[in-house]
Amino acid sequence: MHELSIVASIVDTVTESVAAYKGARVVEVRLRVGALASVVEDSLQFCFGIATEGTALEGSRLVVKMVPVVMWCSVCQAEVELDGVQSFRCPRCTEPCFDLRQGRELEIEAIEIDEMNEVEETV
Amino acid sequence: MTTRIVELRRGVLKKNDELAAGLRASYAAAGVLVLNLVSSPGTGKTAFLEWTLRELRTRGARVAALVGDLETDNDARRLAASGAPVRQINTHGICHLDAEMIGKHLDGWEGVTLGGLDYLFIENVGNLVCPSSYDLGEKIRVALLSVTEGEDKPLKYPTMFNSADAAVITKMDIAEPCGFDRELALRNINEIRPGMRIFETSAKKGTGMDEWLAYLDEERKERGA
Repeated sequence: MHELSIVASIVDTVTESVAAYKGARVVEVRLRVGALASVVEDSLQFCFGIATEGTALEGSRLVVKMVPVVMWCSVCQAEVELDGVQSFRCPRCTEPCFDLRQGRELEIEAIEIDEMNEVEETV
Repeated sequence: MTTRIVELRRGVLKKNDELAAGLRASYAAAGVLVLNLVSSPGTGKTAFLEWTLRELRTRGARVAALVGDLETDNDARRLAASGAPVRQINTHGICHLDAEMIGKHLDGWEGVTLGGLDYLFIENVGNLVCPSSYDLGEKIRVALLSVTEGEDKPLKYPTMFNSADAAVITKMDIAEPCGFDRELALRNINEIRPGMRIFETSAKKGTGMDEWLAYLDEERKERGA
Protein backbone atom coordinates (compact mmCIF):
# COMPACT_ATOMS: atom_id res chain seq x y z
CA MET A 1 0.00 0.00 0.00
CA HIS A 2 2.87 2.37 0.73
CA GLU A 3 5.06 1.03 -2.07
CA LEU A 4 4.84 4.28 -4.00
CA SER A 5 6.38 6.19 -1.05
CA ILE A 6 9.06 3.51 -0.82
CA VAL A 7 9.83 3.72 -4.53
CA ALA A 8 9.92 7.53 -4.35
CA SER A 9 12.61 7.27 -1.63
CA ILE A 10 14.55 4.81 -3.80
CA VAL A 11 14.44 7.22 -6.74
CA ASP A 12 15.64 10.10 -4.51
CA THR A 13 18.51 8.11 -3.02
CA VAL A 14 19.69 6.69 -6.34
CA THR A 15 19.41 10.07 -8.09
CA GLU A 16 21.61 11.61 -5.38
CA SER A 17 24.17 8.81 -5.58
CA VAL A 18 24.40 8.81 -9.35
CA ALA A 19 24.92 12.59 -9.53
CA ALA A 20 28.60 12.00 -8.70
CA TYR A 21 29.01 10.13 -12.00
CA LYS A 22 28.65 12.62 -14.80
CA GLY A 23 26.34 11.54 -17.60
CA ALA A 24 25.77 8.13 -16.03
CA ARG A 25 22.63 6.14 -16.72
CA VAL A 26 21.19 3.72 -14.20
CA VAL A 27 20.80 0.21 -15.57
CA GLU A 28 19.82 -1.73 -12.48
CA VAL A 29 18.78 -1.10 -8.88
CA ARG A 30 19.33 -3.97 -6.45
CA LEU A 31 17.06 -4.03 -3.45
CA ARG A 32 17.18 -6.28 -0.38
CA VAL A 33 13.78 -6.83 1.19
CA GLY A 34 13.21 -8.67 4.46
CA ALA A 35 10.29 -11.08 4.85
CA LEU A 36 8.94 -8.71 7.52
CA ALA A 37 9.38 -5.51 5.53
CA SER A 38 5.67 -5.29 4.59
CA VAL A 39 6.30 -4.59 0.94
CA VAL A 40 5.17 -6.59 -2.05
CA GLU A 41 7.46 -7.04 -5.03
CA ASP A 42 4.74 -6.80 -7.71
CA SER A 43 3.59 -3.53 -6.28
CA LEU A 44 7.18 -2.22 -6.09
CA GLN A 45 7.76 -3.13 -9.72
CA PHE A 46 4.55 -1.44 -10.80
CA CYS A 47 5.37 1.78 -8.93
CA PHE A 48 9.00 1.70 -10.07
CA GLY A 49 8.01 2.01 -13.72
CA ILE A 50 5.93 5.08 -12.99
CA ALA A 51 8.17 6.80 -10.46
CA THR A 52 11.33 6.54 -12.54
CA GLU A 53 9.90 8.28 -15.61
CA GLY A 54 11.88 11.39 -16.45
CA THR A 55 14.62 10.58 -13.92
CA ALA A 56 18.15 9.15 -14.21
CA LEU A 57 16.55 5.78 -13.42
CA GLU A 58 14.19 5.73 -16.39
CA GLY A 59 14.29 2.38 -18.15
CA SER A 60 16.31 0.70 -15.39
CA ARG A 61 15.55 -2.71 -13.87
CA LEU A 62 14.53 -3.22 -10.28
CA VAL A 63 15.93 -6.46 -8.90
CA VAL A 64 14.41 -7.52 -5.60
CA LYS A 65 16.17 -10.02 -3.38
CA MET A 66 13.96 -11.32 -0.58
CA VAL A 67 15.72 -12.28 2.64
CA PRO A 68 14.21 -14.59 5.28
CA VAL A 69 13.75 -13.87 8.97
CA VAL A 70 16.72 -14.85 11.12
CA MET A 71 16.28 -15.07 14.91
CA TRP A 72 18.67 -15.72 17.75
CA CYS A 73 17.75 -18.90 19.60
CA SER A 74 18.91 -18.64 23.19
CA VAL A 75 18.54 -22.38 23.70
CA CYS A 76 20.54 -23.48 20.65
CA GLN A 77 22.86 -20.50 21.08
CA ALA A 78 22.69 -19.95 17.34
CA GLU A 79 21.15 -17.79 14.66
CA VAL A 80 18.32 -19.70 13.05
CA GLU A 81 16.45 -19.06 9.83
CA LEU A 82 12.65 -19.20 10.00
CA ASP A 83 10.65 -20.94 7.27
CA GLY A 84 8.06 -18.19 7.20
CA VAL A 85 6.51 -15.49 9.34
CA GLN A 86 3.74 -17.49 11.01
CA SER A 87 5.64 -18.71 14.01
CA PHE A 88 8.60 -17.15 15.79
CA ARG A 89 9.95 -20.37 17.20
CA CYS A 90 13.28 -22.02 16.61
CA PRO A 91 12.87 -24.57 13.77
CA ARG A 92 15.37 -26.87 15.55
CA CYS A 93 14.22 -26.89 19.17
CA THR A 94 10.74 -25.21 18.85
CA GLU A 95 11.46 -22.75 21.67
CA PRO A 96 10.12 -19.19 21.19
CA CYS A 97 12.68 -16.73 19.84
CA PHE A 98 12.74 -13.11 20.98
CA ASP A 99 15.69 -11.56 19.25
CA LEU A 100 15.30 -10.65 15.58
CA ARG A 101 18.58 -10.60 13.66
CA GLN A 102 17.35 -10.23 10.08
CA GLY A 103 14.06 -9.80 8.25
CA ARG A 104 13.09 -6.12 8.41
CA GLU A 105 15.58 -4.96 5.74
CA LEU A 106 14.53 -2.53 3.10
CA GLU A 107 17.82 -1.56 1.62
CA ILE A 108 19.31 -0.47 -1.68
CA GLU A 109 22.23 -2.85 -1.90
CA ALA A 110 23.85 -1.53 -5.06
CA ILE A 111 23.20 0.07 -8.40
CA GLU A 112 24.59 -0.76 -11.79
CA ILE A 113 25.35 2.24 -13.96
CA ASP A 114 26.58 2.88 -17.48
CA GLU A 115 29.19 5.55 -17.25
CA MET A 116 30.33 7.69 -20.15
CA ASN A 117 34.06 7.31 -20.83
CA GLU A 118 36.18 10.44 -20.88
CA VAL A 119 36.99 9.98 -24.56
CA GLU A 120 33.31 9.76 -25.52
CA GLU A 121 32.65 12.80 -23.42
CA THR A 122 35.11 14.99 -25.32
CA VAL A 123 33.87 13.89 -28.74
CA MET B 1 30.45 3.26 -22.02
CA THR B 2 31.72 1.58 -18.91
CA THR B 3 29.48 -0.43 -16.68
CA ARG B 4 30.08 0.02 -13.01
CA ILE B 5 28.50 -1.43 -9.88
CA VAL B 6 28.15 1.09 -7.11
CA GLU B 7 27.63 -0.39 -3.65
CA LEU B 8 25.15 1.73 -1.73
CA ARG B 9 23.89 -0.27 1.26
CA ARG B 10 21.44 2.49 2.05
CA GLY B 11 18.22 1.94 3.96
CA VAL B 12 15.29 3.10 1.87
CA LEU B 13 13.69 4.57 4.99
CA LYS B 14 16.95 6.09 6.21
CA LYS B 15 15.56 9.62 6.22
CA ASN B 16 12.61 8.57 8.38
CA ASP B 17 14.86 6.51 10.66
CA GLU B 18 17.18 9.48 11.19
CA LEU B 19 14.29 11.82 11.97
CA ALA B 20 12.83 9.20 14.33
CA ALA B 21 16.17 8.87 16.13
CA GLY B 22 16.15 12.65 16.62
CA LEU B 23 12.61 12.51 18.01
CA ARG B 24 13.52 9.62 20.32
CA ALA B 25 16.40 11.66 21.74
CA SER B 26 14.16 14.68 22.33
CA TYR B 27 11.48 12.54 24.03
CA ALA B 28 14.14 11.05 26.31
CA ALA B 29 15.62 14.47 27.11
CA ALA B 30 12.15 15.77 27.98
CA GLY B 31 11.31 12.70 30.06
CA VAL B 32 8.07 11.96 28.22
CA LEU B 33 6.90 8.41 27.53
CA VAL B 34 5.72 8.18 23.92
CA LEU B 35 3.40 5.43 22.67
CA ASN B 36 2.35 4.69 19.10
CA LEU B 37 -1.09 3.04 18.82
CA VAL B 38 -1.64 0.94 15.71
CA SER B 39 -4.57 -1.21 14.56
CA SER B 40 -7.07 -1.79 11.76
CA PRO B 41 -9.76 0.85 11.25
CA GLY B 42 -12.60 0.28 13.72
CA THR B 43 -10.68 -1.60 16.41
CA GLY B 44 -11.47 1.10 18.93
CA LYS B 45 -8.18 3.01 19.23
CA THR B 46 -10.01 6.26 19.81
CA ALA B 47 -12.36 4.88 22.48
CA PHE B 48 -9.42 3.19 24.21
CA LEU B 49 -7.41 6.40 24.09
CA GLU B 50 -10.34 8.54 25.28
CA TRP B 51 -10.57 6.34 28.34
CA THR B 52 -6.80 6.32 28.91
CA LEU B 53 -6.44 10.12 28.61
CA ARG B 54 -9.36 10.72 30.96
CA GLU B 55 -8.11 8.31 33.61
CA LEU B 56 -4.52 9.52 33.46
CA ARG B 57 -5.69 13.11 33.84
CA THR B 58 -7.81 12.13 36.83
CA ARG B 59 -4.67 10.66 38.36
CA GLY B 60 -2.82 13.94 37.84
CA ALA B 61 -0.67 12.89 34.86
CA ARG B 62 0.17 15.39 32.13
CA VAL B 63 -0.95 13.85 28.84
CA ALA B 64 -1.40 14.85 25.20
CA ALA B 65 -2.24 13.08 21.95
CA LEU B 66 -1.51 13.36 18.25
CA VAL B 67 -4.05 11.60 16.09
CA GLY B 68 -3.63 10.59 12.46
CA ASP B 69 -6.40 10.15 9.91
CA LEU B 70 -6.62 10.56 6.16
CA GLU B 71 -9.32 13.20 6.57
CA THR B 72 -11.56 14.86 9.23
CA ASP B 73 -10.77 16.02 12.75
CA ASN B 74 -13.54 13.89 14.27
CA ASP B 75 -11.14 11.85 16.41
CA ALA B 76 -9.30 14.93 17.69
CA ARG B 77 -12.61 16.44 18.77
CA ARG B 78 -13.61 13.21 20.54
CA LEU B 79 -10.27 12.95 22.33
CA ALA B 80 -10.22 16.64 23.27
CA ALA B 81 -13.34 16.05 25.38
CA SER B 82 -10.98 14.41 27.89
CA GLY B 83 -9.49 17.86 28.53
CA ALA B 84 -6.07 16.81 27.21
CA PRO B 85 -4.39 18.79 24.41
CA VAL B 86 -4.97 16.95 21.14
CA ARG B 87 -3.73 17.71 17.66
CA GLN B 88 -5.09 16.14 14.48
CA ILE B 89 -2.75 15.13 11.66
CA ASN B 90 -4.51 14.75 8.32
CA THR B 91 -2.40 12.74 5.93
CA HIS B 92 -4.68 13.40 2.90
CA GLY B 93 -4.42 9.94 1.43
CA ILE B 94 -1.16 8.72 2.95
CA CYS B 95 -1.74 5.43 4.74
CA HIS B 96 0.60 5.96 7.72
CA LEU B 97 2.19 8.60 9.93
CA ASP B 98 5.90 9.24 9.51
CA ALA B 99 8.52 10.91 11.69
CA GLU B 100 8.46 14.11 9.66
CA MET B 101 4.71 14.57 10.24
CA ILE B 102 5.20 14.04 13.98
CA GLY B 103 8.07 16.56 14.12
CA LYS B 104 6.05 19.16 12.23
CA HIS B 105 3.02 18.78 14.49
CA LEU B 106 5.08 18.90 17.68
CA ASP B 107 6.59 22.19 16.50
CA GLY B 108 4.37 25.11 17.21
CA TRP B 109 1.77 23.10 19.13
CA GLU B 110 0.22 25.87 21.14
CA GLY B 111 0.46 25.35 24.88
CA VAL B 112 2.27 21.99 24.57
CA THR B 113 5.96 21.31 25.11
CA LEU B 114 7.47 17.84 25.44
CA GLY B 115 9.03 18.86 28.75
CA GLY B 116 5.58 19.62 30.14
CA LEU B 117 4.26 16.11 29.47
CA ASP B 118 4.40 12.74 31.20
CA TYR B 119 2.80 10.84 28.32
CA LEU B 120 2.35 11.51 24.63
CA PHE B 121 0.07 9.14 22.71
CA ILE B 122 0.19 8.92 18.94
CA GLU B 123 -2.90 7.33 17.39
CA ASN B 124 -1.75 6.13 13.99
CA VAL B 125 -3.84 5.86 10.83
CA GLY B 126 -6.03 2.73 10.97
CA ASN B 127 -3.92 0.28 8.95
CA LEU B 128 -2.08 -2.88 9.99
CA VAL B 129 0.45 -2.83 7.17
CA CYS B 130 2.19 0.43 6.35
CA PRO B 131 2.59 2.03 9.81
CA SER B 132 4.82 -0.91 10.77
CA SER B 133 7.61 0.43 8.51
CA TYR B 134 7.69 3.93 9.98
CA ASP B 135 9.44 4.51 13.27
CA LEU B 136 8.02 7.56 15.04
CA GLY B 137 10.65 7.50 17.78
CA GLU B 138 8.17 5.93 20.20
CA LYS B 139 9.24 3.92 23.21
CA ILE B 140 6.27 1.58 23.02
CA ARG B 141 4.36 0.42 19.99
CA VAL B 142 0.95 -0.88 20.96
CA ALA B 143 -0.94 -3.12 18.53
CA LEU B 144 -4.68 -3.24 19.20
CA LEU B 145 -7.03 -6.01 18.14
CA SER B 146 -10.78 -6.13 18.75
CA VAL B 147 -12.82 -9.25 19.50
CA THR B 148 -14.83 -8.67 16.30
CA GLU B 149 -11.82 -8.94 14.00
CA GLY B 150 -10.92 -12.61 14.16
CA GLU B 151 -8.32 -14.34 16.27
CA ASP B 152 -5.93 -14.81 13.35
CA LYS B 153 -5.19 -11.09 12.82
CA PRO B 154 -1.66 -11.50 14.28
CA LEU B 155 -0.95 -14.30 11.80
CA LYS B 156 -2.30 -12.25 8.90
CA TYR B 157 -0.31 -9.17 9.85
CA PRO B 158 2.83 -10.61 11.43
CA THR B 159 5.05 -7.60 10.76
CA MET B 160 2.87 -5.30 12.81
CA PHE B 161 2.44 -7.70 15.71
CA ASN B 162 6.08 -8.73 15.65
CA SER B 163 7.24 -5.12 15.80
CA ALA B 164 4.88 -4.24 18.67
CA ASP B 165 5.91 -4.04 22.33
CA ALA B 166 2.45 -4.61 23.78
CA ALA B 167 -0.91 -5.87 22.53
CA VAL B 168 -4.33 -4.67 23.60
CA ILE B 169 -7.47 -6.68 22.94
CA THR B 170 -10.42 -4.28 22.82
CA LYS B 171 -14.22 -4.67 23.18
CA MET B 172 -13.92 -7.59 25.61
CA ASP B 173 -17.45 -6.74 26.82
CA ILE B 174 -18.85 -8.22 23.60
CA ALA B 175 -16.42 -11.14 23.35
CA GLU B 176 -19.05 -13.75 24.12
CA PRO B 177 -21.76 -12.76 21.60
CA CYS B 178 -18.99 -12.47 18.98
CA GLY B 179 -17.87 -16.02 19.69
CA PHE B 180 -14.37 -14.73 20.41
CA ASP B 181 -11.92 -17.55 21.10
CA ARG B 182 -9.72 -15.92 23.73
CA GLU B 183 -7.22 -18.77 24.07
CA LEU B 184 -6.66 -18.90 20.33
CA ALA B 185 -6.13 -15.14 20.08
CA LEU B 186 -3.58 -15.18 22.93
CA ARG B 187 -1.81 -18.14 21.37
CA ASN B 188 -1.62 -16.41 17.97
CA ILE B 189 -0.18 -13.22 19.47
CA ASN B 190 2.37 -15.30 21.34
CA GLU B 191 3.32 -17.21 18.23
CA ILE B 192 4.20 -13.97 16.41
CA ARG B 193 5.70 -12.08 19.33
CA PRO B 194 6.55 -14.51 22.12
CA GLY B 195 6.26 -13.07 25.59
CA MET B 196 4.59 -9.81 24.59
CA ARG B 197 2.45 -8.14 27.29
CA ILE B 198 -1.23 -8.51 26.43
CA PHE B 199 -4.06 -6.45 27.94
CA GLU B 200 -7.66 -7.61 27.65
CA THR B 201 -9.81 -4.51 27.85
CA SER B 202 -13.15 -2.87 27.41
CA ALA B 203 -13.08 0.92 27.26
CA LYS B 204 -16.84 0.91 27.64
CA LYS B 205 -16.84 -1.01 30.92
CA GLY B 206 -13.36 -0.05 32.13
CA THR B 207 -12.32 -3.73 32.18
CA GLY B 208 -8.59 -4.45 32.28
CA MET B 209 -7.74 -0.80 32.45
CA ASP B 210 -6.10 -0.83 35.90
CA GLU B 211 -3.53 -3.29 34.64
CA TRP B 212 -2.94 -1.11 31.57
CA LEU B 213 -2.48 2.03 33.65
CA ALA B 214 -0.10 0.19 35.99
CA TYR B 215 1.94 -0.87 32.96
CA LEU B 216 2.16 2.74 31.72
CA ASP B 217 3.30 3.83 35.15
CA GLU B 218 5.96 1.09 35.32
CA GLU B 219 7.26 1.93 31.86
CA ARG B 220 7.50 5.60 32.70
CA LYS B 221 9.39 4.91 35.93
CA GLU B 222 11.66 2.40 34.27
CA ARG B 223 12.97 5.04 31.91
CA GLY B 224 13.54 7.42 34.83
CA ALA B 225 10.92 9.79 33.53
